[in-house]
Amino acid sequence: MTGHPTYVPRSAAAKWLERRLPILGLLHSSFVVFPNPRNLNYWWTFGGILSFMLAAQIVTGVILVMHYTPQSHLAFASVEHIMRDVNYGWLIRYAHANGASMFFIALYIHMFRGLYYGSYKEPREVLWLLGVVIYVLTVATAFLGYVLPWGQMSFWGATVITSLFSAIPLVGDTITTWLWGGYAVDNATLNRFFSLHYLLPFMIAGVVVLHIWALHVPGSNNPAGIEPRSDKDTLPFHPYFTIKDGFALVCFLVFYAWFVFYVPNYLGHADNYIEANPMQTPAHIVPEWYYLPFYAILRSIPSKLGGTAAMFAAVLIIAFVPWLDTSRVKSAAYRPIYRIFFWLFVACCVLLGYMGSKPPEGIYVITARLLTFYYFLHFLVILPVLGLVERPRAVPKSIAEAVLGKKPHPLSVDAHP
Amino acid sequence: MTASTTTPASTTTPASTTSPEPTRRDFLYVATTAVGAVGAGFAAWPLIAQMNPDATTLAAASIEVDIGGIALGQVVTVKWRGKPVFVMHRTPEEIAAARATPLSELPDPVSDEERVQKPEWLVVIGICTHLGCVPLVHQGAFKGAFCPCHGSDYDTSGRIRVGPAPANLAVPPYKFATESKLVIG
Repeated sequence: MTGHPTYVPRSAAAKWLERRLPILGLLHSSFVVFPNPRNLNYWWTFGGILSFMLAAQIVTGVILVMHYTPQSHLAFASVEHIMRDVNYGWLIRYAHANGASMFFIALYIHMFRGLYYGSYKEPREVLWLLGVVIYVLTVATAFLGYVLPWGQMSFWGATVITSLFSAIPLVGDTITTWLWGGYAVDNATLNRFFSLHYLLPFMIAGVVVLHIWALHVPGSNNPAGIEPRSDKDTLPFHPYFTIKDGFALVCFLVFYAWFVFYVPNYLGHADNYIEANPMQTPAHIVPEWYYLPFYAILRSIPSKLGGTAAMFAAVLIIAFVPWLDTSRVKSAAYRPIYRIFFWLFVACCVLLGYMGSKPPEGIYVITARLLTFYYFLHFLVILPVLGLVERPRAVPKSIAEAVLGKKPHPLSVDAHP
Repeated sequence: MTASTTTPASTTTPASTTSPEPTRRDFLYVATTAVGAVGAGFAAWPLIAQMNPDATTLAAASIEVDIGGIALGQVVTVKWRGKPVFVMHRTPEEIAAARATPLSELPDPVSDEERVQKPEWLVVIGICTHLGCVPLVHQGAFKGAFCPCHGSDYDTSGRIRVGPAPANLAVPPYKFATESKLVIG
């Protein structure tokens, strides 16, 4: 991709630095003149939103640690201390707790966007795999963080999830004892979860750098699912996409702020305002909403090892999508049958989430089993077979043609600096 | 690992590129890697082993329970090694229900006689063998214990009857020190 101006340092200081560490040129080529497909829609703004949310979670998290005590007798009280005594503590804690949910909302939209437009296909497989790594790390980070307030849901969520490892044959109990540092979830568990909850976000940040690096090798996919062929197909990152990402971010922050200021506990669970009690399990344990589909899969297999294996498989199968989807056409805009199955899959995931929030009895169990079956059917049968039997619509010759139609457009030259 | 395949030609002596004999450099390469790998393993072990239960956790090994005050049909929950233990004073009906169940109906077949030392006292760890929740005693279809998390149902002998749990409620090591004193652990 050529045609955009390269960085030329102007000030003496910039020249001095650039000769010693060419970081200004790297930032310039990555975030100023980087050529993005001109047809990117608002579904492409969630990468920027996620970067912002990661930074926001790290900033609020680092501040919360200044007031939090990771000790089983003091943790719950220290969270209440943050809520009642610390200046703006309520704001920072609510921003952090709801920020996790916002992170997952943006993450799931970002993932479904990739599935819809085939963003995982050649040459973006490594980009997709790095995204799956980020997702798994985020799931782990959010789980560890939810334990720290040491409420009833924290404690029993930690117990149930760590007990998943006891399903491993032969060494399962040894592994859970090792994870707990005792014979049950206790102070040792809280301490190590705190340590890892602080570590993992920085590992996520590292993988995000790799993710962006892998993105900037082929460049962004786009709604047409075809690669840019000429300068007419692209626009520089700044100002066209900085303003688009910025506008989307502001809209997203309005949504986020509405949760923080008006319904800060809507996505949480009232039982987590009861201090952890190892002697009593709450009547109805539910994980945070972003785990519910996988929780439903766990419960729908009537075997401990089978349920655990199915749950982990449901996450890991996402990594294999680039090789399970056999279609050569990327975008669902030109795949009429895949588009239907895509929305069926979205509905399947949402319904699985609903089943995960319901008690495991009666109709919910049967429905969850059917949905679990369909979840795996989508990846293992529908994706591979559809690519072979589906007849895609004609793909446009270029991105400019997809945007402007076949007639040459007067603006197509002027819009380009 | 011979010199001809692993060592760049430019850094080896002319003799080593033609000779099948390992050079001193090959020896150093293999020896350093082997010592390094073993050393890394030894260095890693303390970093992994520190996560296992520490001395204070291991020290809290046994507790005494006064069972003189537990009425017939009552269940008392005590804490042992951070876990709840159910001490159930079973009624004759509960004992009869547990003993009348044929072993063929049990997913984890153990007779009630093997699970208790005295028929009227059932002592089990109150942790569901599925994913570690504390079951509710005297609930569920079999009136033993019912786990609210994922619906595992235990009978009056603490044996799994229905649900995802793979095993019966565990029986901790215990003995009756006197008629009214139970020692767990």
